[in-house]
Amino acid sequence: MGSNMAEAHPVGFQWVMEAKARGARVIHIDPRFTRTSAHADQHVTLRAGTDIAFLGGVINHILSQGLDFREYVRAYTNASFLLSEDYRDTEDLDGLFSGYDPHTGAYDTASWTYESVQAAEHPSHQDMEQSAPYRHGAAGPTVEGTDRDIAADPSLAHPRCVFQVLKRHYARYTPEMVERICGVPRELFLDVCRAWTANSGRKHTTALVYSVGWTQHSVGAQYIRAGAIVQLLLGNIGRPGGGIYALRGHASIQGSTDIPTLFNLLPGYLPMPDTGHEDLAAYVDAIGPHHAKGYWGHADAYTVSLLKEYWGEAATAENDYCFDYLPRINGDHGTYRTVMDMVEGKVSGYFLLGQNPAVGSAHGRLQRLGMANLDWLVVRDITMIESATFWKDAPEIETGEIAADRCRTEVFFFPAAAHVEKSGTFTQTQRMLQWRDQAVEPAGDQRSELWFFHQLGRRLKEKLAGSADERDRPLLDLAWDYRMEGDEPDPADVLRHINGIDLATGRTVGGYTDLKADGSTSCGCWIYSGVYADEVNQARRRRPRFEQGPYDAEWGWTWPMNRRVLYNRASADPEGRPWSERKALIWWDEEKAEWTGNDVPDFERTKPPHYRPPDGASGPEALRGDDAFIMMTDGKAWLFAPSGVVDGPLPTHYEPHESPVRNLLYGQQGNPVRKVYGRPDNPSNPAPPEAHGEVFPYVFTAARLTEHHTAGGMSRQLPYLAELQPELFVEVSPELAAERGLVHLDWAHVITSRTAVEARVCVTDRMAPLRIDGRTVHQVWMPYHWGNTGLVTGDVVNDLIGVVADPNVLIQESKVLTCDVRPGRRPRGPALLEYVRDYRRRAGITPETGTRIMTAGEGDGPPHTEPGPPQESP
Amino acid sequence: MGVKRWLEAWPVYRQLTGTDPLGRGKAAQSARSAGLAPRTEGADRVADSVCPYCAVGCAQRVYVKDERVVQIEGNPDSPISRGRLCPKGSASKQLVTGPHRERKVRYRPPYGTEWQDLDLDTAMDMVADRVLAARRKGWQDTDEAGRKLRRTMGIASLGGATLDNEENYLIKKLFTALGALQVENQARI
Repeated sequence: MGSNMAEAHPVGFQWVMEAKARGARVIHIDPRFTRTSAHADQHVTLRAGTDIAFLGGVINHILSQGLDFREYVRAYTNASFLLSEDYRDTEDLDGLFSGYDPHTGAYDTASWTYESVQAAEHPSHQDMEQSAPYRHGAAGPTVEGTDRDIAADPSLAHPRCVFQVLKRHYARYTPEMVERICGVPRELFLDVCRAWTANSGRKHTTALVYSVGWTQHSVGAQYIRAGAIVQLLLGNIGRPGGGIYALRGHASIQGSTDIPTLFNLLPGYLPMPDTGHEDLAAYVDAIGPHHAKGYWGHADAYTVSLLKEYWGEAATAENDYCFDYLPRINGDHGTYRTVMDMVEGKVSGYFLLGQNPAVGSAHGRLQRLGMANLDWLVVRDITMIESATFWKDAPEIETGEIAADRCRTEVFFFPAAAHVEKSGTFTQTQRMLQWRDQAVEPAGDQRSELWFFHQLGRRLKEKLAGSADERDRPLLDLAWDYRMEGDEPDPADVLRHINGIDLATGRTVGGYTDLKADGSTSCGCWIYSGVYADEVNQARRRRPRFEQGPYDAEWGWTWPMNRRVLYNRASADPEGRPWSERKALIWWDEEKAEWTGNDVPDFERTKPPHYRPPDGASGPEALRGDDAFIMMTDGKAWLFAPSGVVDGPLPTHYEPHESPVRNLLYGQQGNPVRKVYGRPDNPSNPAPPEAHGEVFPYVFTAARLTEHHTAGGMSRQLPYLAELQPELFVEVSPELAAERGLVHLDWAHVITSRTAVEARVCVTDRMAPLRIDGRTVHQVWMPYHWGNTGLVTGDVVNDLIGVVADPNVLIQESKVLTCDVRPGRRPRGPALLEYVRDYRRRAGITPETGTRIMTAGEGDGPPHTEPGPPQESP
Repeated sequence: MGVKRWLEAWPVYRQLTGTDPLGRGKAAQSARSAGLAPRTEGADRVADSVCPYCAVGCAQRVYVKDERVVQIEGNPDSPISRGRLCPKGSASKQLVTGPHRERKVRYRPPYGTEWQDLDLDTAMDMVADRVLAARRKGWQDTDEAGRKLRRTMGIASLGGATLDNEENYLIKKLFTALGALQVENQARI
């Protein structure tokens, strides 16, 4: 679901075909019939933005028919835990959970806790943003106490136990409702339910694959939560052939999340400190207190080891290991917020490192206007991209909004080394690090990022040498002395430091369990610890697949600890026996008294299944022998998320921010906590209950093609690829073509309240119109790879999209919006602005449109707007 | 030309009598194609690499001759890709050797209408100066409640998902030491 795997991850898709050849049934659920659908046994067309309604229907089917894998659910999930009496569900509040404040547009999550658990002090309103999960790293906030303190009903019958709450929450997601919301005929829907449940249990597992078709929504995190609930109820997590696969779209996007170039994280999903973390003790206590159960209980060792890697000998116990040197976050510092700050002149300098936001980020116009209002911009790329040349050839040049001789931004372009011109590791989509050997030297001024940033750091240190300013200490004390190869750090030595080093011996540590909180180890990323165990670059292993077992343990290295299946303790029953022989992965070997099997056990090797922790135990020691979910503070997988998710403990169907229809399930139309950035330069198309939605009557969605890559910087310049996909196009159904007079291969343009873009028409029954609650809804699809440079050029599809984000992760809703489509090319120059302005006028759009995010009950919540520059000048 | 040689020059004859009954190998060769050798054969060395496009992580073999990349192929040893590459991965020799590759630093001054040349060392020095100035300009010691911020809002960065882990590590480390926290990448989109 939410993935066109055959198109976007074609070589990975060979394994789906392999499974199909062995008898697996492949079901593809997606708004469009794609290359993936063509190879599936079954394609289910659903309306973009309704996956939670569909998955909620699956959950309801499982629970109402008693089809869950009960032993698994009882043992490994929090199904039996009782919830606080204060908790109110969407069933009670017309689509809201308890704790909603319409003025802040946020929840106080205090009532979502387990019974008999001490709730943390209620955050005050100004602290709401500080309780956002992006501030918690991967650990999420801790649940106080151990499972012993949590009231539970193992029979799963108590009305306040998670299992029963789940049942009630999803009771209205009936097959009839799925049909009305998603446009999926109920028999087809039930067929999917039957296939999914029949192929799960002791002897069978079902794998679930998603991509950004799930993440790029205003309820994106909840899409994945909904998939996780289905997979947990059916016992498909931690088991071979099961799981949830996030297919990621860049060579090392997993790596750049693990070792984050992200504002809210430090390496290994440690959160970036915020203003509430006064010192190291307060920080550790917030993310993984000593008394907490599970592996976050060692957060102090991970943190201190990171600080030792950052600041070396300057980091001592006396100075809190330089914890004070870390900058503090206090809100949304995500890329879209930053771009709006650029428009307002609050940001001076911007580095672009192999990313092309002028084409690849939502609301391209806002991106370009932001870049046109900087002191300076540094672009590092292998080729000249639109984000480097906006000052002379942006679409805004044509409309008169940007003029080179009036644009103040100073631009530096540095040519980058390509992947064969440097050594290093990529982390692929299943957490595997693979080392690349350098093949050739880069030419001319081409340099790696490793060279660039090491050089920059060296020069900054030189320029600040002797400074007495306290704010310069973090830079002057920074450990920056990696082993050099010529004038560039040796990437293998950087990887050694990421792995971690025993500072007494100078040798690499064997894994994160070797890390200490006393300053005797350093480690750049605790989850990568072990990648350089025994002073061997484990990521460089290339033992051919012909020479090793089914899990290919000696090809590359997978975090954590070269484990291929996370939470694989759940592949065995509570007693440690495989659920079935054909689904055996790891098991307890009674004779040797250890866990063994085909994968590295995701469990303490010698902890027996019947182990019960002593009183007062903490950290991993507090995990029972059947607490399979070792990173969770209660040892259980969360069907109900008592904390850590800002927009509700259970996934709930909300309509997209821009939708042609009213939410049929609740008065609450959209995600009540979504980030709307209501500003004059970020207009929204109206959606019910607002009027004038008919001006933008069609559902719009966009995605990738095999032959191009993201914003096109790595594909539109290549003759082979440019020839294979030479031109931007828009897919419409024959019915929509007839309705709007669109002709196959002729021009058409797509319009939103942001802009209009033109493309060739591709009339195809791949985009089938849907029957939604008795009316026809058309969907429109476009690929998004084009811009104005390269061998093949075209309009920027992302210019159509406004900025509205999921409140948990601040990812934009770019997979579903509304639009109009008209035949012919779009107007050019200033006429384009007038054309779009006319659409806005007809739709009655103001900065408040779409920002009254609370529509439950009386539905008169306030607008969530912010000041911004006027929409446009001419 | 003897009859036998004349006959053997006829592909159908070779297909019917030789070891290539399907006519997809030796039987179909002309004298010219028989004399061709793949680019990979004359390579001086082969480097193990990984495809730079999506996150599947297909293994590549990079063939180098005279310090130039002459071919990039899938590596059949890989348990992930089994030697296969998609159209993008197959085109990656063009990606790294094509004429679109920029080799020189380019500079556009404020209000400039064309690119200018700039040498790498000067450019690095100018960027270092600008980083320090922007850092100063956007510096915040504390918030309005007096809580420590120790950061600059003057510098932002975007990108990392196409880069190596080691590179992302140094990028985050340096920006963090500078107090710059508006550091983001493709994972946010």
